[in-house]
Amino acid sequence: MAVCIAVIAKENYPLYIRSVPTQNELKFHYTVHTSLDVVEEKISAVGKSLGDQRELYLGLLYPTEDYKMFRKLHNSFTDVMCNPFHNPGDPIQSKAFDGIVSGMMVQTG
Amino acid sequence: MSLSRAASLSPQGTLLSEVIPPSSWQKKQQNPPLPTGNRSRCPEQDVSICLLVALLQRILHAPAPGMDQESGAASAGSFISLNEHEQRYYSGLHSLCQADTSGQLSSGKVAELFKASQLPPEALHKVTEVCGAKRLGYFGTPQFYVALKLLAAAQSGLPIHLESVTANLPLPRFLGLKNEPEMRYSAVPPSIDSQGAQGGTAPGSLSWTPADRSAFRHLEANAEKKELWSPPRSPCGSPSRSPLTYRSYPYTKQRNGADSQIAYESKHSSQLEQHSSPSNYRTKATVEHPAMARASSSERLDQQGVVDYSDDDPWRITEEQLEYYTNQFKSLQPDLGALILGAIAKNFFTKSKLPIPELSHIWELSDVDRDGALTFSEFCTAFHLIVARKNGYPLPESLPPTLQPGFMQQEEDIPDTPESAEPLIVFEDTELRPNRLDRTIIERLQPSLATTKQDLKEESCKQDVGVKRVTTSQEKQTLQRAFPERPEPPHDLDPQMRTKTRPRSYSSTSFEDAMKKAEEPPTPPPRPQKTHSRASSLDLNKLFQQGAPGVKGGWLPPPPALPPRPTTSQEESSVKPEEQGLRSRFGRSTEDLTNASKQDMIGVSHSQAPQKPVRRKYHPESQNLEAVPPPAMPFAPPAKPAQKLLSGQKRGIQMAIRKNKETNAVLTRLNSELQQQLKVVHQERVTLESQLELLRPVAST
Repeated sequence: MAVCIAVIAKENYPLYIRSVPTQNELKFHYTVHTSLDVVEEKISAVGKSLGDQRELYLGLLYPTEDYKMFRKLHNSFTDVMCNPFHNPGDPIQSKAFDGIVSGMMVQTG
Repeated sequence: MSLSRAASLSPQGTLLSEVIPPSSWQKKQQNPPLPTGNRSRCPEQDVSICLLVALLQRILHAPAPGMDQESGAASAGSFISLNEHEQRYYSGLHSLCQADTSGQLSSGKVAELFKASQLPPEALHKVTEVCGAKRLGYFGTPQFYVALKLLAAAQSGLPIHLESVTANLPLPRFLGLKNEPEMRYSAVPPSIDSQGAQGGTAPGSLSWTPADRSAFRHLEANAEKKELWSPPRSPCGSPSRSPLTYRSYPYTKQRNGADSQIAYESKHSSQLEQHSSPSNYRTKATVEHPAMARASSSERLDQQGVVDYSDDDPWRITEEQLEYYTNQFKSLQPDLGALILGAIAKNFFTKSKLPIPELSHIWELSDVDRDGALTFSEFCTAFHLIVARKNGYPLPESLPPTLQPGFMQQEEDIPDTPESAEPLIVFEDTELRPNRLDRTIIERLQPSLATTKQDLKEESCKQDVGVKRVTTSQEKQTLQRAFPERPEPPHDLDPQMRTKTRPRSYSSTSFEDAMKKAEEPPTPPPRPQKTHSRASSLDLNKLFQQGAPGVKGGWLPPPPALPPRPTTSQEESSVKPEEQGLRSRFGRSTEDLTNASKQDMIGVSHSQAPQKPVRRKYHPESQNLEAVPPPAMPFAPPAKPAQKLLSGQKRGIQMAIRKNKETNAVLTRLNSELQQQLKVVHQERVTLESQLELLRPVAST
């Protein structure tokens, strides 16, 4: 399970971020931000195969249990995006999305 | 009653106008201690309150005097404005609790009633205290009414205070009480009150002003009440009751807060009530929809059923509501089996003036197939949720079973298209749609999912989404239309962006690129080369620099190529006659005048070549020139531009232009000089001919 889940917008600000509120939450946020660099690096490398975005992401994830997690997250993210009342760039306020993310987080207590 | 009904039937504006007169009456009735805040909220609210009062006026004839008498005894809330429903409900409860013929109510029964309200004991105590019964020691009618009001307030989350009494409260819900009148009465107010409560809980996000909402609520309440009282009520009462209670339970489970829970229950009942009376819905619709500022015409509203409390539960859609939804759907999308696109639905639902996050949530709930578009049943669900929300029902976390498309489909009277649409649209999987939908929805929406099944479903949902995109039914077509439309805008943006960026990039990157772009159409590149090669501009320059004789001298380099040229030129038929003749003459003359420096001749002939062509002659010369190795320069420039076409395009063109100009100047001078030479040669020819003629006669003779 995840301890921190974040959805980052194109402009590098988080549309949604949630972490297990243990401690070092800020550290999680930093980690998320630095991981963006990794993503960017991979994206620039695969610039040619623009149609393979999905594969790119799948490739980034550790193909272990996180695979399912990402897929779930991605599905719910697309659902949020499909909502015509959602303005891209707004923080994600969907309860369904929250629910799914909560389900994916490390359950403590 | 008739007046109120007429008022409810008319559009909102008229309603308000009719309501205005009793305002004074209302003010009289309302107790001064009531906080002015309530009254000063908004004129609309006042008006709506007035309407309420007007309605109550008729209803409360009997109790009014009693209430008034004891109003003094009861604290602030002496005369509470009870709407029609409340009145009946309360009187029903009153009769229920009445132990003896005196005005006092059996405290035991009252206690039972209070307990049935499911409020915590402290709240009940507070209610008792506030309503004045504690003081009096018994529950008189007014106290009882006030207490009921306070119970309703508490159930909807408002503080137990006399001020709450003036709010438009839903009817208090009492579990276990299966009074028909209760049920009926509880219909309207709960929605209103809960709406208020809801508003309180989400102040920031609501786009309405509280006043508007309360006004709306009032109107709704009034309309609903009137309609509820229509005769058809009774038959629907009993069957609705059981589902009501039944539904209230699962529904309450879904709610988090106790308030909402209770409110839901009350709503359930209220919806049940209203649901049971179709005609009510119709008229209700007329009132509510104008209030909701929907685009539907009032006429249509009158004809169609209103949606409000769709189900017996709040979450069941009645026939009228369904009919109304259908008409609304048709207004957006004539084909019932087709989809309403997200954007269209957004515009439509935004008219309901619900806050965007709520609309977003409603969308999430109703778009079960997650395709970004609404099928007919999804649309009905969404519409229904919106209506319910407008009436104050808090939004559920997950889709109630009665609202799920499969369920709705079974219910629908408009079987054909929706039914056919449903399975086609909700492509989720090959399983039974309703079950799957339920599962999907529940699993999706509930936080506790992490099962592989869910994953499977989601995957299949995603696949279905993908499949949907490929499907071929009419919905598929619309889906395809929908999908291409939606992805199109981004795609459209991309090309636009790209096109936009293109000029930008051109302007930004380099002038060279622009030049390159500009050059492509006219194909200037070859020309510079030609000119370059021709000028031979360099050669001409050289020639020119050396002066007239120098010019001739400068022609030295090309000489070898000269002799063949005249002949070739002579042979060329394409050559302009003048030029050719000239050239030939020149050529001959050059040959004749070989005495003169051959170079000169060559130069002349050479100069001819340049002179002539406008371009063509230049070509041979240029070609000759090119053939001549010496001027590496001429070659270099042509080669350079060719090679540096991409990078030195601009420079090349500029140079070419300069060279051309220089060449033009040089050529003009050459032309003039050659003209002079031509004259000279002409003269020589003339003299020679004359000599010949002189010699001939001598010879002949």
